Amino acid sequence: MYRYDDYDHTIVQARVAQFRGQTERYLAGKLSDDEFRPLRLQNGLYIQRHGPMLRLAVPYGLISAAQLRRFADIARRYDRGFGHFTTRHNLQLNWVKLPDVPQILADLAQDELHAIQTSGNCIRNVTTDHFAGVAADEIADPRPWAELLRQWSTFHPEFVYLPRKFKVAVSGSREDRAAIQVHDLGLQVVRNAAGEIGFTVYAGGGLGRTPLLGQLVREFLPWQHLLTYTEALVRVFNRHGRRDNAFKARIKILVKALGAEEFAQQVDAEWSQLKDGPSTLTTAEVDRVSAQFAAPNYETLAPDDLCHLAHLREDKAFSRWVERNVQSHKVPGYAAVTLSLKKPGTAPGDATSEQMDAAADLAERYSFGELRVSHEQNLILADVPQRELYTVWHRAKAAGLASTTAGLIQDLIACPGGDFCGLANARSLPVAAAIQERFEDLDYQHDIGELELNISGCMNSCGHHHLGAIGILGVDKTGEEWYQITLGGRQGNDARIGEVIGRSFAAAEVPDLVERLIAVYLAARHADERFIDTVDRLGLEPFRAAAYPNPHQSRRIANA
Amino acid sequence: MLEQPPRQIIKERRLQDDAWKVVTPLAGQPAFDVCLPVGPLLVPLAVWKAKKACLIHREYEHGTPLGIWLAPEDDPTEIAGDVDDFTVIAVHFPKFTDGRGYSTARLLRERYGYDGELRAFGDIGRDQVFFLNRVGFDSFVIGEGRSAEDALAAFDDFPEVYQAGADLPIPLFRRRAA
Repeated sequence: MYRYDDYDHTIVQARVAQFRGQTERYLAGKLSDDEFRPLRLQNGLYIQRHGPMLRLAVPYGLISAAQLRRFADIARRYDRGFGHFTTRHNLQLNWVKLPDVPQILADLAQDELHAIQTSGNCIRNVTTDHFAGVAADEIADPRPWAELLRQWSTFHPEFVYLPRKFKVAVSGSREDRAAIQVHDLGLQVVRNAAGEIGFTVYAGGGLGRTPLLGQLVREFLPWQHLLTYTEALVRVFNRHGRRDNAFKARIKILVKALGAEEFAQQVDAEWSQLKDGPSTLTTAEVDRVSAQFAAPNYETLAPDDLCHLAHLREDKAFSRWVERNVQSHKVPGYAAVTLSLKKPGTAPGDATSEQMDAAADLAERYSFGELRVSHEQNLILADVPQRELYTVWHRAKAAGLASTTAGLIQDLIACPGGDFCGLANARSLPVAAAIQERFEDLDYQHDIGELELNISGCMNSCGHHHLGAIGILGVDKTGEEWYQITLGGRQGNDARIGEVIGRSFAAAEVPDLVERLIAVYLAARHADERFIDTVDRLGLEPFRAAAYPNPHQSRRIANA
Repeated sequence: MLEQPPRQIIKERRLQDDAWKVVTPLAGQPAFDVCLPVGPLLVPLAVWKAKKACLIHREYEHGTPLGIWLAPEDDPTEIAGDVDDFTVIAVHFPKFTDGRGYSTARLLRERYGYDGELRAFGDIGRDQVFFLNRVGFDSFVIGEGRSAEDALAAFDDFPEVYQAGADLPIPLFRRRAA
């Protein structure tokens, strides 16, 4: 992974000192709330229901064992011994105290960690594929490009006060696992006919109040121009994005208003002035950064480990875990393991300090000392030898990290919702817990198979409900919590925004409703058809009919 | 107009007296009717366009230097051909969270070759100065109720930076390689 040199250390430590000064001035009454707000947000600090929430960055989801232990330590010393992993690779702490935050940042900096630009109207943490570097369908490793973008965007002086937040995702594989089409800027690594690396560029995607997929703005951007082109694109946004209405300030609204073609032309006009300038990337720099993501020293192993095969035959629970939580690896004899942060009774994505320490130990012993944080709010050990899987499973089980549910309904995505978040209209966690409980039976879950169920507590869509095969959105109606259901959303190459099925439901109705939707699928599915495939084949109508069996009564029942 | 005491601005990284006045048209007033008080003036873009000849005459006749101020929405392209006429170009920040002026500054410096005084004024303070300086501003009228003295310290907030800017045309990765 990328290790800091003196320059990187100097910059991050200067940030710690700067924020210490800003916090001191705020606490001394020299900075008003309004003056301090954007400054603290750009350090990931929100003021929430229970006090400050601090969002720590995991740049492009890659974290070392030592760094994860640092998170565990910080959660223990400054919070209540747990943290929440988000859909954008970050870790949120919900109970920190404002005067402690400068010291937390100083502690983080010791392990090359920070909370830089994890919030605020600036360029946010760049995200990518949690299987980067190990996926069999990879065109090129996206992480060096994500790191180059991280450096370029860190304290970019022109873009400290954008109209609104700006999220970038990079995918380097054929199957997009980074949801690039729902980002403000989505970059797909491609090779041209000559085998040269470049990017297909999408702009203006995003969820939230106006969910839109990113528009193609450039088919092939040669890698040398990554930074100059991005600078041109963000400059067009900075100058022309709307600032009169926060709900219309994302770049997607600008791209939609201008049309993708006109937007792309404006970017090109700007880029023509920056192209080939000093910010054009050099082979030397790309090589320097890429070298830090070189593959670890893999052993030469047989594609199938005999002991592993025996365990698979003999231990049903193990084989089920392998089926769901172990992914193939491009190197023979290795596998990628999903350590699940999902189980009934715990908020999706939550990990205790003990679990973080346990995951760090597993990474150190079995996976070259590194982990990934996935978009689905789990931890990934990307490089585990097959022969160790049985041991890893036992140890993961002991740490409560081995729910056999990756990709199943219990692996649902949820934001912290109204229990923690100041923005939320409704709570997400009780709804998530009720669904997880309803489907706790493993046989039932496995029978249902792959199903992405995503829950957001408000239109900001941190739980990516638009992309769930079943999406659940908390809405506020005259002070009561209601939940709107969408169907048919998906991430990946064929990303689609789910469609609203009808009127909203009360919290207590949601598990029954989800079960009715699933019953339609179970009754109608063809062999090997996933929930989402059946939705595609049948359309929404049969699901609607099941959701609202008695359309004339439904309103009354809901309000009862 | 009453004579105001000289106020202090940050220029060349120190506090200095300043005599420039900002001309702001009254609501609905046609740009051509705006009156021009004696002394060095920062006029809005519309006034510059409407009274260019008159302003230049003033410069020749009385030796009064020319200045202009741009609002966040003003396109610096409109003065691209005139930049050499100005002693001061100022950019207004009605709210410090409106970041358009940062792009305006880079365009003036890096694209249109303006090398005179580039001034930020409005709702700005210590926590903006470092970044404003990086995009090309070299003078700062610190907002009301904020300490210009404090803001002087901000130039050194970061001893090293990753990107190229108006202050430093070479990004870190090219210096790293050297």
